[in-house]
Amino acid sequence: MATTTTTVPSAGPVAGSRSFLSRLREGDEIARMVTFLFAASVVLLTVLLVYELWIGSSLPRHKFGFNFFRTSVWDPMFDQFGALPFIYGTLVTAVVSLLIAVPLGIGAAIFLAELAPARVSDTLEFFIDLLAAVPSVIYGLLGVFIVVPLMRQYVQPSLKHSLGFLPLFQGPVYGIGFLTAGIVLAIMIIPYIISVSREVLLSVPRDQREAALGLGSTRWESTWKVVVPFARGGIFGSVFLALARALGETMAVTMVIGNTPLISASLFSPGYSIAAVIANELAEASSNLHYQSLIELGLVLFLLTFILNGLARILIVATSQKGSGMGNA
Amino acid sequence: MKRIIGTCLVVLVLAGVLWADTLSITGAGATFPYPMYSKWFDEYHKKNSNLEINYQSIGSGGGIKQITEGTVDFGASDAIMNDEQLKAYQDKHGFGILHFPTVLGAAVPAYNIPGVTAELNFTQEALAGIFLGKITKWNDPAIAGPNKGVALPGEDIVVVHRSEGSGTTYIWTDYLSKVSEEWKTKVNKGASVNWPVGLGAKGNESVAGTIKNTPNSVGYIELIYAIQNKMPYGRVKNSSGAFVKADLASVTAAAAGAAKNMPDDFRISITDAPGKTAYPISSFTWLLVPAKFSDAAKRDAIKGFVKWMLADGQNYTEALSYAKLPKEVVAKELKALNNVQ
Repeated sequence: MATTTTTVPSAGPVAGSRSFLSRLREGDEIARMVTFLFAASVVLLTVLLVYELWIGSSLPRHKFGFNFFRTSVWDPMFDQFGALPFIYGTLVTAVVSLLIAVPLGIGAAIFLAELAPARVSDTLEFFIDLLAAVPSVIYGLLGVFIVVPLMRQYVQPSLKHSLGFLPLFQGPVYGIGFLTAGIVLAIMIIPYIISVSREVLLSVPRDQREAALGLGSTRWESTWKVVVPFARGGIFGSVFLALARALGETMAVTMVIGNTPLISASLFSPGYSIAAVIANELAEASSNLHYQSLIELGLVLFLLTFILNGLARILIVATSQKGSGMGNA
Repeated sequence: MKRIIGTCLVVLVLAGVLWADTLSITGAGATFPYPMYSKWFDEYHKKNSNLEINYQSIGSGGGIKQITEGTVDFGASDAIMNDEQLKAYQDKHGFGILHFPTVLGAAVPAYNIPGVTAELNFTQEALAGIFLGKITKWNDPAIAGPNKGVALPGEDIVVVHRSEGSGTTYIWTDYLSKVSEEWKTKVNKGASVNWPVGLGAKGNESVAGTIKNTPNSVGYIELIYAIQNKMPYGRVKNSSGAFVKADLASVTAAAAGAAKNMPDDFRISITDAPGKTAYPISSFTWLLVPAKFSDAAKRDAIKGFVKWMLADGQNYTEALSYAKLPKEVVAKELKALNNVQ
């Protein structure tokens, strides 16, 4: 057995030269077929998902067509459904959360991987993994009971006072809304960014650092100019993983966003996200059109995630050509 | 000795086989009466150990959908099925579906105004105006008028409503549609509507929490929830011109007023009901039972349960803060039960 296994991964002409039966007897062929089936089921699931969403949303697709994406009225009683406020809310909260989480997360990862003593780094990593595993409804509760009152009493009034000339920070202060949802999302996704980025930074080969230090750079210079660019692909990967989570997050967002389909320049304004409206309205959808419009929103969210993931792939490929090899991290 | 043990085992296995032969009935729907229903199903199971009723509280809309698709044996809803839904059911199955009122509930306006501890009086115009976004300040004459002596602040009103589709929203908007022509044409009634103003919160808990956390806010929650959480809530002016506070007595009074002209299919809205002591934002909640069963055992089990629920079952209601059905309605339902075949 042990002598033949080396030829199996290629599964090419060498493996093919042995008879099918002998490979079957040795179990390689069975393993190959079984694992292929598992791998194929992922593709099958994705295709099935899109198919179901497409078939399930035929009514609104025919009735509204492209207007579904352009209009902003969502009125189940008068059969008017427009997805724009939900797309807007999903993107705005995701962008706000990334603006906060990316610098914090990558900064923390650099500290843990490069500067902190190994014991501190490992201990903190344990807590970060713990945070990544906390259910989102818990973050929602944290948002409702701690973030929202803080925002209403301190953060939003002071932002309004100091930066109120920007349209971003105008309007009545409720405590909930785009900004609060973005902050709660940021708290949720920071552990992902730290955890994955740290692993990637740690796996940068030692000789890269030593070469930089040998050329006379300081510790920070070697970290910032050599190690981080080397790990760029993997760090982007962590950010897009975080983005995917932010886009699809339901519970934590619906608890703090205000659940009002509004498009407003102000981050203080209540809003709505795609995932939140689906979770809120699907069970009690009043008509077939309402129900199917929610399914079409699911399709929109799927496409949004699909497009952003595609962009992520392109970005990773484009930036990891200098032999970093971290694109798959 | 061994033989005795062997015999015991055989008996046990046989008992197990017989035990596994219990009849299982599934239902799905309204969340509002869920605590009551689960108590009833539990008590009924204690009396009839060979019958098990499983109920999923997935929401009224979900209940109607599932019973129409035939995936459950009965449905439950806080809103009556409209003619379109009844027709869809009839077209699919070839026979109709019957509504059976079970208990009564109410929605109340709960508020949080710093410095105001008095029970506020709300007129129909004030409630419609606030939820339409036309009345924006607490000291608006429409609110202050019937609340003489209460120092209402000149602050902006923050409206809180349910974000997910809900039977409570249906009751609330059904009431506003009856008392305000503008509401009816602009917003209409439904489990989820396009709210002109306000913040959405998920579930009674969240609405209550948002009201508690947000100064100068007002929202609607189920009566049971307001009582259990000791939330302050206002009196509402009824069709006789009296300001009535929601409690079990005033909700039952609303039902009694409507009981006299109860239609044969029990599809009646008792919001804005007549009667001096009636609370105007009350409603029945219904079981949805198919008119025909192919499985006689299931039919008899469901009929048996409804009979028990209308008699002994009603004694459990008040401990859980639900209002009892009026006697006339019970009598009428017992008659209607014969239409289930």
